[in-house]
Amino acid sequence: MSETTRAEATGPTAGATGVDAAETDSAAPDGQGGMPAVHPRRDRRRWLLWGALVVVLFLVPIYLPGQYLIVSTWVMTGAVGAMGLTMLIGQAGQLSLAHSFFLLVGGVSYTVLSSDGTDGFVGLGLPTALSLVLAVAISAAVGAAFAPVSGRLTGIYLGVASLSLVFLGWWLARVLPSIAGSTSSGRYADDLNLFGFDFGEKSPTLAILGVPIGQNERLFWLYAALTLIAYFVARGAVDGRVGRAWRAVRDNEAAATVMGVSVVRQKSVAFAVSSAYAGLAGVMVVWWYDGLLKPDEAVDSGTYSTAVAIAYLAMVVIGGLGSLGGAIVGAAVVFGTPLIIPLLSQGDSSAVLSSGGTAFSPVVITYLAYGALIVLIVLFEPGGLAALGRRLTARLKRS
Amino acid sequence: MSTFVQVLLNGTGRGAIYALLALGFVVIYKSTEVINFAHGSLALFGGYIVFALKPTLGWLGAAVCGVLAAAALAVLIERVLLARAKLASQDSLAILTIGVDILILTEITRRLGTASAPFLGDPYQDVRLRFLGATIEGPELFALLTAIVLIGGFFVAFRFSTWGLTMRAQSENKEAAALMGIRSWRVTASAWALGGALAAIAILFIATLPVAGGAGLTAAHTIAFAAFPAAILGGLTSPGGAVVGGLVVGLAESSASQYIDNDFAKVAVYLVMLVVLVARPSGLFGKVEQVRV
Repeated sequence: MSETTRAEATGPTAGATGVDAAETDSAAPDGQGGMPAVHPRRDRRRWLLWGALVVVLFLVPIYLPGQYLIVSTWVMTGAVGAMGLTMLIGQAGQLSLAHSFFLLVGGVSYTVLSSDGTDGFVGLGLPTALSLVLAVAISAAVGAAFAPVSGRLTGIYLGVASLSLVFLGWWLARVLPSIAGSTSSGRYADDLNLFGFDFGEKSPTLAILGVPIGQNERLFWLYAALTLIAYFVARGAVDGRVGRAWRAVRDNEAAATVMGVSVVRQKSVAFAVSSAYAGLAGVMVVWWYDGLLKPDEAVDSGTYSTAVAIAYLAMVVIGGLGSLGGAIVGAAVVFGTPLIIPLLSQGDSSAVLSSGGTAFSPVVITYLAYGALIVLIVLFEPGGLAALGRRLTARLKRS
Repeated sequence: MSTFVQVLLNGTGRGAIYALLALGFVVIYKSTEVINFAHGSLALFGGYIVFALKPTLGWLGAAVCGVLAAAALAVLIERVLLARAKLASQDSLAILTIGVDILILTEITRRLGTASAPFLGDPYQDVRLRFLGATIEGPELFALLTAIVLIGGFFVAFRFSTWGLTMRAQSENKEAAALMGIRSWRVTASAWALGGALAAIAILFIATLPVAGGAGLTAAHTIAFAAFPAAILGGLTSPGGAVVGGLVVGLAESSASQYIDNDFAKVAVYLVMLVVLVARPSGLFGKVEQVRV
């Protein structure tokens, strides 16, 4: 129950002090990393659970076919981005529709830093791991640079103002093809190469239990590791001092100021953290597309478009604002469904192309599903799937 | 000189369209404090009805039906969805309308499919007027005339009619208005109906060759999106601000596309909004919220 929703934290004092009590009381098996007053036996059980999860994640690529691995890596990309956004919107209370812009910043930074400048592209040829770290840092810096705007605006004004970043990014990527690649063919970034282990290996020599460990399997491991790290860092931020400051700002800016929280500073920290997550997700997007970075043709459809910004918002709302676990589930719903439906229906795309494109394609079904989910969740369960899950576990425990 | 006149004419014509959309948006915000992200979809819905009924009813009949249908849909959204979620915060209601927007947009885009681009401006599509060495296109001219009549009518009604009085009273203080015998639901429902109708009227001018280009109705949702910066930069609580915002957005767009390029025109609108917001965080004419500790 460490995810605090608006309903639970009614005032700044509840946000700052009441949360801790609620968190230590709760017996939720996951979350609350590093909380001091946890029963030692429960603590050990939690470590066992995490250990088991790591083993399962390690074994998944060996048993799951490649096409499902591609779906899972895409979902994990969404999960990392959504965790950043849920902290920004749910914990710090800053509505942002600019998430896809920060994906683009991360992706472009990584590509420029890692690739060598051939074919008229700008490239620095740095080691890929260093490029990854720098790309995340650059995204965070760009997010913090939005402070003059984010510090002055609140609520919906901030949401629409942040939307302008998506338009700006779209235009910049179009007019700077030597940096972002052209909209028709894009440009390629290098795979991550850690100590000689190439995560984009196409012709693998390594095999575990008779399964060749190629690009899909390696990316799955990499993405699972990144998602876990992202989760724990976010957990620490939300449960710690920063998270309390964010909730104080969210619940009442004036009261937060009185209590000694610098509102402008916390807003810019929240934007920086959330953009860093989006930047990491942006790098993961580039790897997922085999290293291809390609700016969008139109501002409202494509990899870094307003549609993607809204898809991230949908994940966060569906999962429950402020809930990290909810963000992961939301990503599975929003990013997983359009990819999994064709796999389950054996890729029968003939129905989609016939009848003048008016058929219910997987993408149409997904859009309708998440549109309806957003409406239903706001109406009936404002805490999202996270609150629903919490209620279910509480009921199971009671019976 | 004639280029400049052309820019002004295009900007004012488009600005009139944005003003119609932004005015509805602001009226909805004033009465219910909800940012209606489904505004573009309301317009699209009206446009789709016009497109579907045009072959049987003719343009005028279809247009009337489309406007009424959009107004009815807006009332439906307000009554069925928003009125039930009274306790939800302003931001979650805005997010709810994003969900509604996704639903309507997806369904209508699916229905339109790959059919040849639908246009709705039959009576004025091919009209063209020469003015001081510049050309004004039919849809923009008629949008301007319609906007002057409708927006003028709105301000007269808002200032002098009982309806306008109830509306102003409610946006000033909801409890006091209810105690004075104003039926809250009538005010909010009529505001949504007006917003939907204005959006559907705007779409009649958007889904034309000079405004939307070759894509017609299918591009209309994207174009209608520029009504958000228009309403925001004018200040969400001010109907007059919506009109000014619409014109600013129209002029920014037309001058950027004339002097730089068409892609930059889309960005320019948002940059102008960003600059205005940094200077005045509640928009040009918006009410500045007082914080009481």
